[in-house]
Amino acid sequence: MSHLALNLRVIRALGLRSIRQTFRRPQLMAPIVVFPTILLAIQTGGAGGAVELPGFPPVQSFLQFMLAGAMMQSLMLAGNSGGIALAVDIEMGFTDRLFAAPISRYAIVLGRLAGTAALGLFASLWFFAIGLAFGAEIAGGVPGALLAIALVTVTAAAVGGIGAAIALRTGSASVVQGLFPLVLVVLFLSSAFFPVGLMIEPAKTIAEYNPFSFIVEGVREPIVSGVDATDTAEALLAIAGIVVLGLALSARALRHRLRVG
Amino acid sequence: MTATTAITVEGLERAFDEVLAVRGVDIAVGEGEIYGFLGPNGAGKTTTVRMLTTLLLPTGGRATVAGHDVVAEARQVRASIGVALQEAALDPLMTGRELIRLQATLQGLPGAEGRRRADDLLERVDLADAADRRVGTYSGGMQRRLDLAAALVHEPRVLFLDEPTTGLDPVSRKTIWEEVRALNDDGTTVFLTTQYLEEADQLADNVGIIDSGRIVAEGTPAALKAELGSPHIRLQLEQGSIAEAEEICRRIGPLLPPVDAKTVLVEVEHGAADIPRVVRALDEASIAVGSLELVHPSLDDVFVAKTGHHLEHDEDGSDEEAVPA
Repeated sequence: MSHLALNLRVIRALGLRSIRQTFRRPQLMAPIVVFPTILLAIQTGGAGGAVELPGFPPVQSFLQFMLAGAMMQSLMLAGNSGGIALAVDIEMGFTDRLFAAPISRYAIVLGRLAGTAALGLFASLWFFAIGLAFGAEIAGGVPGALLAIALVTVTAAAVGGIGAAIALRTGSASVVQGLFPLVLVVLFLSSAFFPVGLMIEPAKTIAEYNPFSFIVEGVREPIVSGVDATDTAEALLAIAGIVVLGLALSARALRHRLRVG
Repeated sequence: MTATTAITVEGLERAFDEVLAVRGVDIAVGEGEIYGFLGPNGAGKTTTVRMLTTLLLPTGGRATVAGHDVVAEARQVRASIGVALQEAALDPLMTGRELIRLQATLQGLPGAEGRRRADDLLERVDLADAADRRVGTYSGGMQRRLDLAAALVHEPRVLFLDEPTTGLDPVSRKTIWEEVRALNDDGTTVFLTTQYLEEADQLADNVGIIDSGRIVAEGTPAALKAELGSPHIRLQLEQGSIAEAEEICRRIGPLLPPVDAKTVLVEVEHGAADIPRVVRALDEASIAVGSLELVHPSLDDVFVAKTGHHLEHDEDGSDEEAVPA
């Protein structure tokens, strides 16, 4: 078997393990599904009238507007949970089993990211199902939905790369878990839950340049108004930036971990 | 290095910042041999094993395993070895079968062969009935057997077992020993670290004793013990001054380092024939002896002779390896 074929099999096997691990450990699953769903219910139930505010972008409903934010929250927490799970593997010595195998050590990280991507896919399907069940329309139709699902899936893997890098660098689940509030800060300082145009300074400026705002808009546009090439391109560029950052940090952290044992 | 050497280590070193954990270790392990790597917690055993299994880069020296350099040919080394590290590295959420199958994939076994090997190994280590239970529900002994099975999935030439029986009950320990012997009978070279003297004595063809990051003795258990020559008498005092008892015993033979405040260890040249002399001398001094035992040299005596202290082990098996440079 060629090295490439072997590593692809390993990535698949580790991705499946990662998914299984998440579904078998409720504390990993809860942030991905339960929390974002509850927040979505609270926000749409309590702040649904926000769509009437002057300057609020034209949407069919606040739920329709919020779906992209809920997916972003879910995928970012999936990335964080993936980092926690990797750190737990390091703490209990499971990564030694992987590092002692004749495979590319990057396949170990990519296997984890494949699992995180699958959870992103799951999250996007979940929130689309909720949206459709409660009357949200998908303006971009099936192609728009597929585009949004693809963006969410890829972004989950990209964010997972940063979580993996922190896990590899620190080897501590509690440190990665400690980033949980930071995820919410990044989200609230983006257009995930509120239109940038209605924010006040300095949050407005931060949100305008927050790469996650570009990704949110890339996911949101196909839902609220249809596929837009510019929004999609900006989202892809932002995702590429996060991918590069995550992979660079992961590679560096992996080298560090092998150096210090 | 000879053609039949499975592991060759020359001047291997590992520093952690200012701390030198392994200081110029030299080891040669022949093909098909069981090598017992013996030492107390913090001696450098695990650090050495992690370098030999490519999990940690050396900061000095070199080592080859199965004919491959552990730094330059790390992947070939990893393809040739099986590793069961201290504290079985298992995912409690996986089932035993899932873990062995994952290990088969990691080692590049095709799917059908991996599944067949997993079934065979689970049967071999007597875990077939528990194969579909989550590992978190296994006992310590079952986890170690599963870890061992995972290390064997690709039939490695060299097997590294890092304290495989630490924390196990005697029955589970014997089961692991039997399995190690069976593997060795099949031709597998075994590098076994342990802090149990009996384990090294029972299993190892050759023993290396490491202390403070250095190999202090190496050889077959019999040869190492023969080096010491005389047996010793172990006296447990019931009443009387330990200092006085030591003074009396010193006239009969050299004292060994004490193991506790009530025990005297004295080397005797003529074995059992010296016992009456010792008893009489103590009796004349009104020192009451609770128990007396003639002890032939053990690996612990070898350890004491080479390091000046006893090999102690704690049951939690922790192995903090910090040796001041």
